[in-house]
Amino acid sequence: MKAFVKLFEDLDSTTSTLEKVSALKLYFSKTSHSDSMWAVLLLTGKLSKRVLTSRNLRDLFLIATKYPEWLLEECASQVGDTAETLSLLAQSLNLSRTFSIHSSSEEFNLSQWMDLRIPELAVIDDQEEQARILISWWKTLLSSEIFILNKLMTGAFRVGVSEKLVIRALSEHFEIPSDQVAHRLIGIKKAGAENFTKLISKDFVEVSFSQPYPFCLAHSFSDRTNLDFKPEDWCIEWKYDGIRAQVIKRNQQVWIWSRGEEDITAGFPDLAEAFKDLPEGSVIDGEILVLKNGEIQLFQDLQKRLGRKKPSAAILKTHPAGFVGYDCLEFNGVDRRQESLRARRDYLKKIISNLSLSQIKISEEQTVTGLDQLESLRSEARNHQAEGLMIKGWDSIYTVGRKTGSWWKHKVDPLSLDAVLLYAQAGTGRRANLYTDYTFALWDNDPDGGDKKLVTFAKAYSGLDQNEINKLDHWIRRNTKEKFGPVRSLEPEHVFEIAFEGISKSDRHKSGIAVRFPRILRWRHDKKVEDADTLQTALALLKSQEILS
Amino acid sequence: MKDVIVLSKNGLYCPAGDFYIDPWKPIETSFITHAHSDHARSGAQKYYTSLRGLSLFKHRLKGYANAQDAVGVPFGKKIKINEAWVSFHSAGHILGSAQLRVEVKNKVWVASGDYKRTPDPSCDPFEVVRCDAFISEATFALPIYQWESGEVTAQKIKDWWHSDRSRPSILFCYSLGKAQRVLAELKKISDETVYLHGAAVGLTDIYRAEGIDMLQTLPVSEVPKDFDFAGCLILAPPSAHRSSWMKRFKEPQTAFGSGWMQVRGARRRGGYEKGFILSDHADWNELIQTIDETGAQKIILTHGREDVLARVLREKGLEVAHFTTEYSDEEIG
Ligand SMILES: [Zn+2]
Repeated sequence: MKAFVKLFEDLDSTTSTLEKVSALKLYFSKTSHSDSMWAVLLLTGKLSKRVLTSRNLRDLFLIATKYPEWLLEECASQVGDTAETLSLLAQSLNLSRTFSIHSSSEEFNLSQWMDLRIPELAVIDDQEEQARILISWWKTLLSSEIFILNKLMTGAFRVGVSEKLVIRALSEHFEIPSDQVAHRLIGIKKAGAENFTKLISKDFVEVSFSQPYPFCLAHSFSDRTNLDFKPEDWCIEWKYDGIRAQVIKRNQQVWIWSRGEEDITAGFPDLAEAFKDLPEGSVIDGEILVLKNGEIQLFQDLQKRLGRKKPSAAILKTHPAGFVGYDCLEFNGVDRRQESLRARRDYLKKIISNLSLSQIKISEEQTVTGLDQLESLRSEARNHQAEGLMIKGWDSIYTVGRKTGSWWKHKVDPLSLDAVLLYAQAGTGRRANLYTDYTFALWDNDPDGGDKKLVTFAKAYSGLDQNEINKLDHWIRRNTKEKFGPVRSLEPEHVFEIAFEGISKSDRHKSGIAVRFPRILRWRHDKKVEDADTLQTALALLKSQEILS
Repeated sequence: MKDVIVLSKNGLYCPAGDFYIDPWKPIETSFITHAHSDHARSGAQKYYTSLRGLSLFKHRLKGYANAQDAVGVPFGKKIKINEAWVSFHSAGHILGSAQLRVEVKNKVWVASGDYKRTPDPSCDPFEVVRCDAFISEATFALPIYQWESGEVTAQKIKDWWHSDRSRPSILFCYSLGKAQRVLAELKKISDETVYLHGAAVGLTDIYRAEGIDMLQTLPVSEVPKDFDFAGCLILAPPSAHRSSWMKRFKEPQTAFGSGWMQVRGARRRGGYEKGFILSDHADWNELIQTIDETGAQKIILTHGREDVLARVLREKGLEVAHFTTEYSDEEIG
């Protein structure tokens, strides 16, 4: 367990991605396969062993120690976390091992705790006995280890690391492509050294039938090196602003997986139902959207469906999910990814046309005569509720990840507004000494002809180069009006062009609007504060979007 | 019987001796327990402080003439002020920090100022003084606060500092007391030079003059402009965090040394990557132990979580009162 606690502390005490990955790699290099498997499952939140609630844990502590309950409550309200409070009290009451610089005591490893010890505690009926065992465990552990044990027992272990980073560390350390690790990880539902061996194996391992294929991703059209464009070689379709997903029908069951490789079937019961007659042995790739009376709705509408484990009947009715199919990866139970897109689109048409349902469509193939027409088509994307075009070679295979130059995405230029920098906040970690988090404002015209005033509308962190960041940081320190904790309010002086992907109404923002993915496009040295855009301009953008949809 | 020490609007006051203890509005004769700024303020006619803490006190009140004439009294020496016998006894908080023992007509009261029991090579240990009434701080009066030894903390600081020698390591801790304690603890396990923010330079010199054995130090300001701090340990006050002073250091790793770092949430809220538990106040068990050892039947609590401590002491059968002071709840430098 010591190694796992060390890993936790390393991950917890840095914000740097690089340091997190190297802490993970160090752990994998030193730990057995069975411990590594548990660590991966715990860090990615795929599996936990919840044998107690934090209420139970607290009760066991009170039974074992006869500690005054009010004093425990005082402590818990200061700390804000039961597992942590108890780990600190264990130390204060001398119920933990004390730290000495040269300590080496007998210890159980992570899998012994997870597979044997913790489950054994759960099957004991007698609370007094449970309490006795709990305290006997604590006495062999440091306070920091008790904290982790408490978290593991209550199934509440969390640490600031994403699944992506865990995958990256595994891939770098064991030298296997990251998409392969990602793919295999989807199928792992249990601990055990043999599963870890499968996860990091250099051989191809058969996958379980509920699993999707790794998604094929596109490069930006502007990055292509071969500038020749023969329209007949390319399949052109709208790039929709929903979520990429794979629908799988195997063993008489439908699964829906997001591109984040999450099983989202339960969140989309309407789609799962619509796909129930998909032929056995089919996998299709496409986009989930909210589709109402045949019309594609805004991304904000889809957002209402995301993150819901079980949507209510009401939301299913007001925000019905739809699906636009792009590709077919498996047909008649055979993996078709090495066949041409042309062949795969034929399979797609075959299986989807049989369904003939209002909520399921096939992406329309667009025809152009050349690059000029391609560009004018792209500029119309918003009128089709799309964020641009997808351009795929008709002869292309379905590759893993973002590999070849045969799939391109060609997005419309982002929406943008000129806004005034109004607040700044220091970054975190290595950027803690620089003001890198900015808040921007637009003018709000008073309809009664009064003075216009600045209203904040977006926060942005990225888009400036290091030189500009330094320059701006220097200016911020000298032009601060007020400090509120880590935030500084600034003299309105600088104008920046802020790009964003979408704009919608919002009651949560003072400006009444919310923008998606805001980022700094450029520092407009040429503009004065008075020249910045107004809230009314933003509302007009919003309206034009609504009319289109 | 009359109380030996009472609360007045200017600070703790001894009527029989007609003097104040650590007053926040000093006017007449003032006894100062230690040189932290919430306890040692300017404005008094006449100052008494411990002889061990005299230079620190004068340094902190540099511009104030009456402070330069302060009387330094050796630990344990009794002096008579009007009707009261007064003596200073080590409090173990920072160098020269003292408890004030005041005896009036066979009644002994002790005002302890700030204190700790955890051994600290940069100051004299706490001395238990038997008394009838004990005035105690309660800064960390919750059972979750329990300090490890200074050796253990120093080892953790060294491990952190040496874990990435491609970056400067900045440890934020208060400039009076903690910085010197870190330097004295590290002296046992290192021989490298440590760099100091200007705020700690003069204070560290005084510690050295008082014979405290510490690592060699160099002010950051005296280092050549192009000096690369990679791999160096730098001590700075928390007020320097996120200030332009930090721009001198390329991609530093940062840590904060404070008793508050015992709780993970406090560490996160402060925006420091790493927290070391480093306090110059008593932890929960030290408070209980100390109050017990003084034999006092009356306990007066000043700043901190006095509500919780008061309830525990009352349940033990002690008489507990409360003085609302203007001492800081924070650890001040
Ligand atoms: Zn103090």
